Amino acid sequence: MTPSKSPASRTAAGGKTSGKAGAKSADKTVAKTDAKPDPKVSEKAAAKSGTKSAASKANSPSSTENRKALHTSLLHTMLLQRRFEERTAEMYAIGKIGGFCHLYIGQEAVSTGFISLLRDDDYIITTYRDHGQALARGMTPRAVMAELFGRVDGCVGGKGGSMHLFDKSLGFLGGHGIVGGHIPIAAGVGFAIKYRGGDQVIVCFMGEAAVNNGAFHEALNMAALWKLPCLFVIENNRYGMGTAVERASAINDIYKRGASYDMPRDVVDGQDVFAVRAAAEEAIARARTESMPTLLEIRTYRFMGHSMSDAVSGTYRTKEELEKYLKRDPILLLRSQMEENGDLSEAEWTAMDEEIKAVVQDSIDFAENSPEPALETLYEHVLVDTTSD
Amino acid sequence: MAVITYREALNQALREEMARDDRVFLMGEEVAVYQGAYKVSKGLLQEFGEMRVVDTPITELGFAGVGVGAAMVGLRPIIEFMTWNFSLLALDQVVNAAAKMLYMTNGQFPMPMVFRGPNGSALQLAAQHSQAWESWLAHIPGLKVVVPGTPYDAKGLLKAAIRDDNPVCFLEGEMLYNTKGEVPDEEYVIPLGKADLKREGDHCSLITHGKMVLVALQAAEQLAKEGIQCDVVDLRTVRPMDVDAIVASVKKTNRAVVVEEGWEICGVGAQVVDYVQRNCFDYLDAPVLRVHQADTPMPYAKAIEKAAKPDVPKTIAAVKKVLYIDD
Ligand SMILES: Cc1ncc(C[n+]2csc(CCOP(=O)(O)OP(=O)(O)O)c2C)c(N)n1
Ligand SMILES: [Mg+2]
Repeated sequence: MTPSKSPASRTAAGGKTSGKAGAKSADKTVAKTDAKPDPKVSEKAAAKSGTKSAASKANSPSSTENRKALHTSLLHTMLLQRRFEERTAEMYAIGKIGGFCHLYIGQEAVSTGFISLLRDDDYIITTYRDHGQALARGMTPRAVMAELFGRVDGCVGGKGGSMHLFDKSLGFLGGHGIVGGHIPIAAGVGFAIKYRGGDQVIVCFMGEAAVNNGAFHEALNMAALWKLPCLFVIENNRYGMGTAVERASAINDIYKRGASYDMPRDVVDGQDVFAVRAAAEEAIARARTESMPTLLEIRTYRFMGHSMSDAVSGTYRTKEELEKYLKRDPILLLRSQMEENGDLSEAEWTAMDEEIKAVVQDSIDFAENSPEPALETLYEHVLVDTTSD
Repeated sequence: MAVITYREALNQALREEMARDDRVFLMGEEVAVYQGAYKVSKGLLQEFGEMRVVDTPITELGFAGVGVGAAMVGLRPIIEFMTWNFSLLALDQVVNAAAKMLYMTNGQFPMPMVFRGPNGSALQLAAQHSQAWESWLAHIPGLKVVVPGTPYDAKGLLKAAIRDDNPVCFLEGEMLYNTKGEVPDEEYVIPLGKADLKREGDHCSLITHGKMVLVALQAAEQLAKEGIQCDVVDLRTVRPMDVDAIVASVKKTNRAVVVEEGWEICGVGAQVVDYVQRNCFDYLDAPVLRVHQADTPMPYAKAIEKAAKPDVPKTIAAVKKVLYIDD
């Protein structure tokens, strides 16, 4: 089947990225892999240098002032996620939050890198590890914390909890608990965008363990076959629960899976927000203007246990490994780069941190004071009410 | 007799059966190196090695199918679902392959395998992770469905399930893993399809299975303080169902309440009620009532989650209702 509307119309309308030969920024660090070069990837990389320079442009605004503003805003988004998660862990420990709760600490550059480049009318879908993406998208810390507390002012009124954050007004499509289940849904959103002739994109975040699930392959095939404007973003944090990627996937370079569907693909250093942004910009442009999907493997690391019920280091990874990765803390990396550039003073850092901590505290106070959902809400929204008019 | 947890009882059953028959192997997510997501398979990797205790990718449909294939050619797989919520991805293999293989092949290919894992809700895990699937599975001819409620039953029934030449769905309770009970030191096997009268009383039959056995027992205990004596019939296996045990109890008490964890519509309790009305119509002094999960997906927030679940007060209220006792 062929979706009814051709994407050609918006290729003409959508702002094509110019191939201006901007200086290749040091920020653009597509991670090297020890694997043999994948000819398809290098081929594509060679063919798209135009967007690459545009990508580096995105990270290096012309004036120092713009750069500082951009980098400050990225740092702010990342630090908000970090501080929010730290307090979430605390609230979980004292029983304010229940159920399964998966923290995003260590992966903040991924959500931030992608979501900072999206338009308001774009879409996001993700897994149960969703607090970071929700905050990066602009869901208020209050709405997220109240949801974690199971209160009426939560983003879904206390029905969903940690794993099921949604906000229609933000194009934030969840918060899904079944590994792999949301990937075909992302393809469905891509289909609807194309169907309507729009030029939005959908970013689908997933863990690296999800690529072993059939739903991943079914979704990628359809997205490639029908040229859907989807970004499939694999947050490779090395583990699916206690299973290292090498123990679960026949191919360790996850991005190569895109080859099966002839899908543009790349592997990116997920601790470097600029590298993430460069890759994101290119993929977003490809989806927006060519209605083409992209598969991106973002190499990151889970600083905490799988969930609040899993030990931080556990038996499946060593303390040494954890410590090695902790040194590449995405927030510290950005902070030190900004300090080097003269864009962040100690006082500015402290002020930002204090401000964020206050915002997070406010979200806790707010959640604490938000009422629990009334009993009759249990029966609301099982079905759309079709009896009344 | 030793007092051990439900988790340990299952672990012993796995260990004993794997030692007894080297065709038996365990496969699933996190069963080996991590020692089981709920530690049911603790120590098995060390004892039996990685050919027999196999970690899989998150690929339920795939490894359920691997189990079916291995069973076709003579192995006796135990396929663990991290929880039965994730078995939905594998249902094609469970229902379309395992359950029908013997029939489709005119008896050539038995499926001596077990699908097992925790079932039902725990605490605040929300809609996608809080579901009791036994009525779905019990609907399928070609499967056996076992839902143990105590450590003793868990061990004896799992051993029987592993030895059975048919595909057995074995549904454990996540909230039961830490519960304790007496388990004999000597070996025993509990036949599938036999209910167990967990408590005796003349006034009302509480018919139940799985996690709700504990709820029914607690309700019966509290009712006894008010002079109301209940039979607690633990079905233990919901397919095949022990109709004789149900009928015998109801003919004695003339009243029944069926307690189950899952939803009402087409639930296990609906089948129990059917057996009762067919076999005990003239014996009934009141309509049979059912206690079950509210007819909604499971919410996250604590209070409404509690309201959604079947529990002791709801069970007591139902028993009083069939006894026409007003509080
Ligand atoms: C279909 C399915 N099987 C199993 C699970 C249990 N489970 C939840 S998260 C998880 C690990 C997923 O790892 P990954 O995809 O790498 O994401 P990460 O948690 O690292 O973000 C597992 C096995 C599930 N939720 N869904
Ligand atoms: Mg992972």
